[in-house]
Amino acid sequence: MTLETLVWLIPLPPLLAFFVILLFTRGNKRISDLVSVASILLTWVISIIVLIGALGTFHLGENPIITQIVWLPLGESVETSLTMGALVDPLGAVMLFFVPLTATMIFIYSTGYMASGHYWTEVKGEAHGEDHESDEHHEVVVDDAGRTLTQFDATKWKARFMAFISLFAGAMLILSIADSLLLLFVGWEIMGLCSYLLIGFWHNRVYPNQPNRTTPLKAGIKAFMTTRVGDVFMLLGIAWLYSVTGTLNFRETLYSGEMLLALEAPAFPTLGQSVPLLAGLSIAGSISILLFIGTVGKSAQFPLHTWLPDAMEGPTPVSAMIHAATMVSAGVYLLIRMFPLITVGWHGHGYPPAMKVIAGVGAFTALFAATISIAQRDVKKVLAYSTISQLGYMVAAVGIGAYIAAAFHLMTHAIFKALLFMGSGSVIHAVEHGEQHAHHEGHHFPIDFDAQDMFNMGGLWSRIPVTAWTFLVGGMALSGFPLITAGFWSKDEILADAWLHAPVVFFVLAAAAFLTGFYTMRQIGLTFAGKPRTHAAEEATQRDWRMNLPLIVLAVFGVVAGYVGVHEDFPLLGRLFGGNPFHHFVSQTLLESPEVALFNWTPVLLSVVVAVGGLLVGWLVYVRRPLEVGEADPLKKVLGPLYTLFENKYYFDELYEVAFIRPSQWLARQIYEVIDRGMIDGLLHFIARSTEWWAFRNKDFDTGVVNRGVDSMAEGIGEASDSFKYVQSGRIQQYLAVVAAGVLMLAAVFIWALFLH
Amino acid sequence: MTITPETVAFAIMSVLVLGGGLGVVSSRNLIHAALYLALTLFGVAGLYALFEAPFLAAVQVLVYLGAIAVLVTITIMVTRRLMGITENVNRQWPVAALIAVLAAAILGFVVISQFAGVYPTQAVPPDTIERMGQSFASHQGFLLPFEVASVLLLAAMIGAIVVARD
Amino acid sequence: MIPLHLYLLVSAGLFCMGIYGVLARRNAVAILMGIELMLNAVNINLVAFWRYISPESLNGQVFAIFVFAVAAAEAAVGLALIISIYRNRETVIAEDVNILKW
Repeated sequence: MTLETLVWLIPLPPLLAFFVILLFTRGNKRISDLVSVASILLTWVISIIVLIGALGTFHLGENPIITQIVWLPLGESVETSLTMGALVDPLGAVMLFFVPLTATMIFIYSTGYMASGHYWTEVKGEAHGEDHESDEHHEVVVDDAGRTLTQFDATKWKARFMAFISLFAGAMLILSIADSLLLLFVGWEIMGLCSYLLIGFWHNRVYPNQPNRTTPLKAGIKAFMTTRVGDVFMLLGIAWLYSVTGTLNFRETLYSGEMLLALEAPAFPTLGQSVPLLAGLSIAGSISILLFIGTVGKSAQFPLHTWLPDAMEGPTPVSAMIHAATMVSAGVYLLIRMFPLITVGWHGHGYPPAMKVIAGVGAFTALFAATISIAQRDVKKVLAYSTISQLGYMVAAVGIGAYIAAAFHLMTHAIFKALLFMGSGSVIHAVEHGEQHAHHEGHHFPIDFDAQDMFNMGGLWSRIPVTAWTFLVGGMALSGFPLITAGFWSKDEILADAWLHAPVVFFVLAAAAFLTGFYTMRQIGLTFAGKPRTHAAEEATQRDWRMNLPLIVLAVFGVVAGYVGVHEDFPLLGRLFGGNPFHHFVSQTLLESPEVALFNWTPVLLSVVVAVGGLLVGWLVYVRRPLEVGEADPLKKVLGPLYTLFENKYYFDELYEVAFIRPSQWLARQIYEVIDRGMIDGLLHFIARSTEWWAFRNKDFDTGVVNRGVDSMAEGIGEASDSFKYVQSGRIQQYLAVVAAGVLMLAAVFIWALFLH
Repeated sequence: MTITPETVAFAIMSVLVLGGGLGVVSSRNLIHAALYLALTLFGVAGLYALFEAPFLAAVQVLVYLGAIAVLVTITIMVTRRLMGITENVNRQWPVAALIAVLAAAILGFVVISQFAGVYPTQAVPPDTIERMGQSFASHQGFLLPFEVASVLLLAAMIGAIVVARD
Repeated sequence: MIPLHLYLLVSAGLFCMGIYGVLARRNAVAILMGIELMLNAVNINLVAFWRYISPESLNGQVFAIFVFAVAAAEAAVGLALIISIYRNRETVIAEDVNILKW
């Protein structure tokens, strides 16, 4: 079997597993587990074979593994037909390294994570009967908001869960091997659907005593709608690119000098003369910005970041999958993939507008999300904002032209952030377990006890040592602890490039790196250090090998994955690890391979100082003197109102509520007030009053003529609005007639434009 | 235009197609409509024969006349208890007629202005059916769409059974 | 030979009758018959263009065959739906099936 055939097979097993589970094995959790894990293992093996083949190919960048079929022949030649194909170039090979690896670990972890647990759900309708009396297994309570709640088995839909993440992994692999923007978009959209399904997986979950807290159902809808905003713009960009170049194939558009030159033409030649903001924008730049908006949605960059933290409502393996290893990486992958398009018009100095936008958004997001992260209580929310921040790093790296550094950080981040998310899931699991255990021993817990709140934890180091140690490794990698962690090398490469090309970006990112160290240490301190602050933490335990094994594997990779990208001139280590093989490998992806930034001690030392400084401050505040029971966050005293601002995420959800949701409601109300009550009612009142006045003059005329006239007018309006509602008649043929009339109108317009005009 | 066997055949088939179509949409009795439908479908098969596409003509007779028309007739018989309905058109029929006339005008305009007087330039290659058969089994050809169509038919079959079952 | 436009006019006429049938007939079976008319009109067009423009290519005929397949699937599912509706609601009049209204 040739390598080309194998590439096709990579996304296939998980997609098949999806159908097999949904159609046949959904009734049996154990078999469904087996099917999905076996499928992803198979994919992993195939990917490794392809990866070895790709690494062995001489000059993979010039001779990538390409395979293509015509799936809809149109016209007489291949050029005019629609094709689909797979492409493995160095960048794709990187994706094939970490996506199947992390996905496999997440699958194994999921089988353990989804094996136990409960949550509260609302009992609706005739629920007060005898079926729902409290017993040992089904506790029924009424919360402060007056809702009747009962415990629901979180493992009930486990087979469905495994099917969804299989589909998800399959879509991500399609995206990774896609050879054209169109196929990439297909994978992109399937992932969008899966993220909706998975974030809202526990769709009947409610939170006792917190009626306003985001439920999984709402979070799923929010994630779907928010990313949809970005996707619409992305689709516009794809359509524009297709209309200009006639193809969406990566190799044909991005690796052809003439085509890129043609795209350098100004996008708005006439409009640009009057609007100076648009004057410098080339076609390529405009398309890049449209595609970038897609990334902003998918990779949760400012201002479309609000969905990602709420998406933590999904089960934790989903968070690891969507928010670390795959979906959010897809946005950055798209940017790196489209790098030649983004950099059209960039000749080593003076960034074009598109790159400025990307670098600006990325750097701002990196710092902005890091500040929010330092004031979160929820163990997963810290990681959520941390993810947004780290994605901002990568986006900023692409924006300043350092796409290899971005790809490197994408890889290391996917590994250690998956590790951290799964670690946090393990912690939550342990605390939930502890809560149940303590409950049986007679300790009482409020029904709104939150197993994810870090202030309910503490002292878990000795209770769950495997989780604690691997979490420590992940945290160190995240904050870039020097020399031994993967995060250090990748973050260092971004910072070095930023120092060279864009000092402003460097300082913003360095500030974010300091905060990263701080919130990581805060999280570790609050979770693991000191003495348990609740009975749940006291009894916490988690001994499932299916959850511990992936943690250990990823922790190993979280250390060693960085050594493929050590700068050649780094003393001692640079030589030891083969002189930055990652850079040389990935740099073949493009036509001209970029130079390695010269080794410079200043940014390295600065990044070491900020990372270690952040860790040290965090250690001083949260680990050296652990928090006592009921003690407030010491940061609150230091930061004062800023802390509240961070804790409430800069009030962005509230802002969007005020800026987008309320105005549309307001507009509706205004229309009601002005048109309905002001104009229509006003007119009627006016007529009525004048009639009344006239009536005293001429009562007979009034009752006989005018009164009847007004009556019929009112009836007319009533009838008019009555007949308006019949538009929604439920009669398909009427709808169809409207559609047909619309098509006719369009046809008439086209004919007028094409033949008569 | 001189009168040749071909023009005569065309005239007959056109009358069958259009007359049958009119019958389908205007007969009160649904059984009659189904019979008119069969007439139309047969006329279309005749047109295919005039196009020198014998395979399509055969498939038309087999699939449409043999399967779909029969299926329609059986459905009419199964639901026959309600066949005593007096009104065969709904309230919006004038609108429907207007839309149909407008569509006819637009289509007619395009056809007359763009395609008037086009005659075939090439003969049909004799191995068309053979090549078509091969292209359905070759991945340079239409293997993938062919398989997708097979799955569609299977899904439709299962779906029809499930939906129509008690 | 017969000029292309005559075939296209026949097809256009059939198509418009189909439109009228779909929009105006009350019986759901009659509506389906209208759809069949429209599909046939499209097929005449496809094959006519194949014959008059590019007889050496296969695409026109192949497309027509896929339209057959889709028509067969549509007829099977559509008629099954009608039978199901008839069983459950004792009607085959399209406008009586209107629970999705205001």
